[in-house]
Amino acid sequence: MKANRERIAGLLFIAPFLAGFGIFTIYPVLASLYYSFCKYDILSPPTFAGMSNYRALLTDELFLQGLWNTMSFTFASVPLCMLVALVLAFLLNLKLRGQALYRTIFFLPSIVPVIASSVLWLWLLNGDCGLINQALRPLLVKLNFLLGTHLEPPGWLTHPACAKPALILMSTWGVGGSMILYLAALGDVPKQLYEAADIDGATTWRKTWHITIPMISPVLFFTLIMGLIGSFQYFSQPMVMWPNGSPGDSGLFYAQYLFQNAFNYLRMGYASAQAWILFVVIVVTTMLVFRSTRRFVHYGGGA
Amino acid sequence: MARSIPTTPGLACRTRRIKLTKTLAGHAALIALGCVFFTPFAWLVTTSLQPDKDRSQITPAFIPVPKSVADHLNQAADRRNEPHRVYSPTLEHYRKGLTRVPVLAFLRNTLLICVLSMIGAVLSSSLVAYGFSILRWRGRDAIFFAMLATMMLPGQVTMVPVFAIWRQLNLVNTLGPLVIPSFFGVPFFIFLFRQFFLTIPRELVEAARMDGAGELRIWLRLVMPLSLPVIATVGLFSFLGAWNDFLGPLIYLADEDQYTLSLGLAMFRTQYGSEYGQMLAVATLMVVPIIILFFFTQKTFIQGIKTSGLKG
Repeated sequence: MKANRERIAGLLFIAPFLAGFGIFTIYPVLASLYYSFCKYDILSPPTFAGMSNYRALLTDELFLQGLWNTMSFTFASVPLCMLVALVLAFLLNLKLRGQALYRTIFFLPSIVPVIASSVLWLWLLNGDCGLINQALRPLLVKLNFLLGTHLEPPGWLTHPACAKPALILMSTWGVGGSMILYLAALGDVPKQLYEAADIDGATTWRKTWHITIPMISPVLFFTLIMGLIGSFQYFSQPMVMWPNGSPGDSGLFYAQYLFQNAFNYLRMGYASAQAWILFVVIVVTTMLVFRSTRRFVHYGGGA
Repeated sequence: MARSIPTTPGLACRTRRIKLTKTLAGHAALIALGCVFFTPFAWLVTTSLQPDKDRSQITPAFIPVPKSVADHLNQAADRRNEPHRVYSPTLEHYRKGLTRVPVLAFLRNTLLICVLSMIGAVLSSSLVAYGFSILRWRGRDAIFFAMLATMMLPGQVTMVPVFAIWRQLNLVNTLGPLVIPSFFGVPFFIFLFRQFFLTIPRELVEAARMDGAGELRIWLRLVMPLSLPVIATVGLFSFLGAWNDFLGPLIYLADEDQYTLSLGLAMFRTQYGSEYGQMLAVATLMVVPIIILFFFTQKTFIQGIKTSGLKG
């Protein structure tokens, strides 16, 4: 009797979520799957069109370009950001004087609104007078002198080959969130493990590789998965960098082209098909990562 | 433990030297990286405060000085054909930027969305989390994990049908689509509340029930007052999420008088992209409140981020 009452109360408490879940998740997921097989301009009802959207996507140059850009960006940016965050966390974990100040400095960029940080980087990456090229120019002058070359600082945002490196560089500025997670995980590694290793005469390198990394591997894994999912949906930064299209579409990202199809050209069915392909790509990638890292992720122990 | 092992004096000396080297290298690396991470902020503020004439081309100078000194030194630099090193701070770009686009109206719209979605997120997410933690019933955890799993669903999959729903309801180009969903509970915030509620001693809840309190009353009078830290975290994160959101306003807001700061700044970039000083002045106005907010809520922030990692 009591159990039954608690169950009804439980369902009533989660009722807002169940309602929202139905309206904003379950119905839209099913509807977008259906739309992906339709011609749909939102002004008139969708008409079934079979596989035509998916077939058209296979030969859509912009779609393939966006997919390639997004994949290559993701596979460079996510590991690099993890590495930078890890280095920062290791340095902060030395617990040197002033670490609170450094922690704040490293963390702050990650909470700057993405549009504001993109506008700022638009300026930093400016080919003629941006800060980055101003720092590079004297170095290249010396290098050119030594090697007899004629290297010039790149036009980060104007040259097709530089667009993605520029965005990858920018992404490393916002690693503060992962850094905080790593720092917390480093603090949770049991001290006895290091003491035992010291007695065995282990070097710092071996301790890092055989104790620290395995002990924080669940957090590394978590940030890897979240990073991949977030990066596949990369959108706002290139929108600010190139509002009227990037050089040679080198900065056209998957989510951007999807958005354009949906809301600029009102090709809602086509955009839905793109969304489903994105979903499949994310699920497959996540599963591959799960599989290939299972051996390396260490649960239990201090966790 | 390790200390009790007898060591030779030479070894102790070596250990101390290694430690010193490590400390020095650590400081050097931290200072270098600290400069790299901080410089963009300095550049942002400097450029927004700098009159165009104090810049050589569009490269900013970095040292603020009074106007007469700046004029004198910069003219001398011009004669020697050197870049400008100093500038006289001015609010000129802020004045111009604020008249060019209605930043204050954008700020009002943004704050309205932030506050409403914050209220919605805290109220509904804590109610739902109560059902997922304090109350015990069969099937509860299955539904909870189903919720966690759907957090991986990319927003693009539901974007088109959700837009169609709001269009049917005639709420496109209002704040509705940006605010109303948070009143149905936000999965990530439900997760944060649930993790906290699970740490509340069961006896407290049972005692309240013995006294004849209903579940809603226990939620409001017992559980919520105990949960101030997580209320702060959820409030902060939902405020920040709404403040930073770009895609939502981009999809749903069409009239300029509805725009948020994010949308307004993006529009500024598209229309007046060459006005760097003004653009960065508007960006500064968007960044500074967040930094101030951070300094008052550091602990809440850090704690919230750590909790989010517990899922891993």
